[in-house]
Amino acid sequence: MTVISMNSVHTPVAPQDGTQPMVSFRDVRKSFGALEVLKGIDLDVMPGQVAALIGRSGSGKSTALRCINGLEKINGGELTVCGRNLRARDFELRELRKEVGIVFQSYNLFPHLTVEQNVTLAPRKVNGLDAAESHALAAEVLEQVGLSDKASSYPEQLSGGQQQRVAIARSLAMRPKLMLFDEVTSALDPELTGEVLRVIGKLAAGGMTMVLVTHEMAFARQVADLVVYMHQGRVWEAGKGTMLDDPQTVELRQFVGSGL
Amino acid sequence: MLGVSLDQYGFLVQGAFWTVVLSLMGFVGGTIVGLPVALARISRGWFLCRLSSVYVQFVQGIPLPVIMFVVYFGVSIYGFDVNALVAAAIAMTLYSSAYLGEIWKGCIQAVPKTQWEAGECLALTNLQRFIYVILPQALRIAVPPTVGFLVQIVKNTSYSVVIGFFDLTYSAKILNNATFKPFVIFTAAALIYFAICFPLSRYARRFELRLHRRNA
Repeated sequence: MTVISMNSVHTPVAPQDGTQPMVSFRDVRKSFGALEVLKGIDLDVMPGQVAALIGRSGSGKSTALRCINGLEKINGGELTVCGRNLRARDFELRELRKEVGIVFQSYNLFPHLTVEQNVTLAPRKVNGLDAAESHALAAEVLEQVGLSDKASSYPEQLSGGQQQRVAIARSLAMRPKLMLFDEVTSALDPELTGEVLRVIGKLAAGGMTMVLVTHEMAFARQVADLVVYMHQGRVWEAGKGTMLDDPQTVELRQFVGSGL
Repeated sequence: MLGVSLDQYGFLVQGAFWTVVLSLMGFVGGTIVGLPVALARISRGWFLCRLSSVYVQFVQGIPLPVIMFVVYFGVSIYGFDVNALVAAAIAMTLYSSAYLGEIWKGCIQAVPKTQWEAGECLALTNLQRFIYVILPQALRIAVPPTVGFLVQIVKNTSYSVVIGFFDLTYSAKILNNATFKPFVIFTAAALIYFAICFPLSRYARRFELRLHRRNA
């Protein structure tokens, strides 16, 4: 096992033009008590890139994603996001959160607020937008996710797919440099995943840097510049989407074969 | 009417007025003390959390009439002359703050943790998250049990009879001594208590139904 884990397929080399990666994991370790979930992750996501983390449940992919915006604190290694070292003494978590959006599996919209209020709460309170500015912003991001007509609805009046698109709009309203998606279609009925994936695909085409944890293999292959297969807390294989057609390791072959 | 004069019924209504006054004082006092208790109970600070927990358990472990005695007779020993209304109000405040604090703690905790997380990920500060995300949701959850507890407050003000506070129960007792018509008088008192409490429970129930409908 240890032999395979040292495989060299992963960690794409940063381009030579001096561009800094948007996200950079260096030997990142994370434990929950005695359980080591991330056992030394190395990974670079360049600006404009879309990285898809795939793997079985328990492989550490969601934990890795949550480390990126500081929802989980790493125990070892170096993690740099948007030029900020998360373990630096002067690291400001809130400043990072202004630049990194995250969308969860369970939407986590604010049920007592309308769609527009959901979208504009943080821009108003954190970035100090006034009523007119935030109204225009809401119109813009809701248009982006195709929900212009739902501004005054409450989350409970929307379908799961629509709620998830509102959650995406809420993140976009903070004008993030980086978007994280944590299994955002896993709670949706199959017929509703398409509308959410289309929004994400559009963002990717627009040049948004994204890291997504997903079970949608076809989608990962299609939109991701970098597919990262995680296994037992390590980056087991990484590469372009075509990697999935020709797995180098037994584990990825089994994973792809299992049809997940 | 039934051997009791209209004036005498008026005497009961006077007592009922002071029952309502004491209830309101207990509720307002209980809110002023109970809200910080609720916040302390959910605080991450070990000391605050422990202190408030001890307070709640201590007060909940003492019968209300004994709290009344302690406040009324206990305090006057130290040279403070407390009248019955003030003593009863302090006792009701202690009593209701311990329960309201616990009720509201539960309401705040009933808001899913993911709501805190969502607010955190949008770069809201702790205070902003509490005020704009958690509190509005907790308030909605809190209305039915709070109104329901108001009924307990109203009924338990009757314990103030032990320190001679003139409320509905006390006025009924005096009237009974004067008229020897216990059945009529205490039934009338019961009806007045019911007339105060019933609308409250109905109101709580209606709110609860509305809440369930919204969440359905």
